[in-house]
Amino acid sequence: MSLYDWLLFLHVAAAFALVSGLATFGVLVLGDGGPALRRALAAPAIALWNAGGIGVLVLGLGLAIDVDAYQPWDGWILGAIVLWLVASGVGGPLSRSVRDPSAGPAPERARLLFAVAAGATLLLLVDMVFKPGA
Amino acid sequence: MTLAAVRPGGWNLPLFVHIGGAMLLVAALVVVAAAMGAAVRRGDGALELTRVAYRALLLGVLPAYVVMRGGAEWIVSKEGVEDASWVGVGYSTADGGLLLVIVAAVLAWRATRRGDDAPGGAGRAVVVLAGVLLLAYAVAIWAMTAKPG
Repeated sequence: MSLYDWLLFLHVAAAFALVSGLATFGVLVLGDGGPALRRALAAPAIALWNAGGIGVLVLGLGLAIDVDAYQPWDGWILGAIVLWLVASGVGGPLSRSVRDPSAGPAPERARLLFAVAAGATLLLLVDMVFKPGA
Repeated sequence: MTLAAVRPGGWNLPLFVHIGGAMLLVAALVVVAAAMGAAVRRGDGALELTRVAYRALLLGVLPAYVVMRGGAEWIVSKEGVEDASWVGVGYSTADGGLLLVIVAAVLAWRATRRGDDAPGGAGRAVVVLAGVLLLAYAVAIWAMTAKPG
């Protein structure tokens, strides 16, 4: 396997981890589960969201540097970085709300944060597949 | 430095459907594994966790599988790569995986019927099946990205 193959595989695997973390957040934030559900899902949700988020950014920048056709300052890559920043920005308070609801934002605000994170992640996937302007 | 393969624009939508479905499939399986795994380990809230795992299989994994598999047929027909070995890995994983998903859903349903004794052996089997499926899908992701052969 070439460096490109490894970078692409790990970049896509990180994206799967990110979406898995997001979906697990969704079960906690949108559902009416009790403390047992929070104890079971909060840790994997936060771990997958964080590891996936760091992975997609670092490996994505590695791909942009490795591939001749792409540059890190291409519009669709800069757009992806902005979307990543939006998702990461709401990820912090969202993580606090699922770890300890009394210390985090109110449930309505947590649902809003989740919607922003989900929207940014969906747009990231659209941007990565369609590569507008590439 | 690597020369990237440039995809025709007509492939983007089917690829988006395929990848989006696959991501939701894996994400729902992670919820199944985490919830049922916790139900097996702990006594408190085990029935609630078992029900969450069952619902994630029924309302998350199965619909996402349909989207992923439909997207796969769509993108394969566009690319014309039916005979490629990496596509064969994808088909084997998807079709074999469906059987395991159905078995896991039946076992999870049986686990929810145990009431306060949930999830029992059926729950442990669901955790094992979810783990096997996640490993198989990791191999499929490798095959879809590295395209060996």
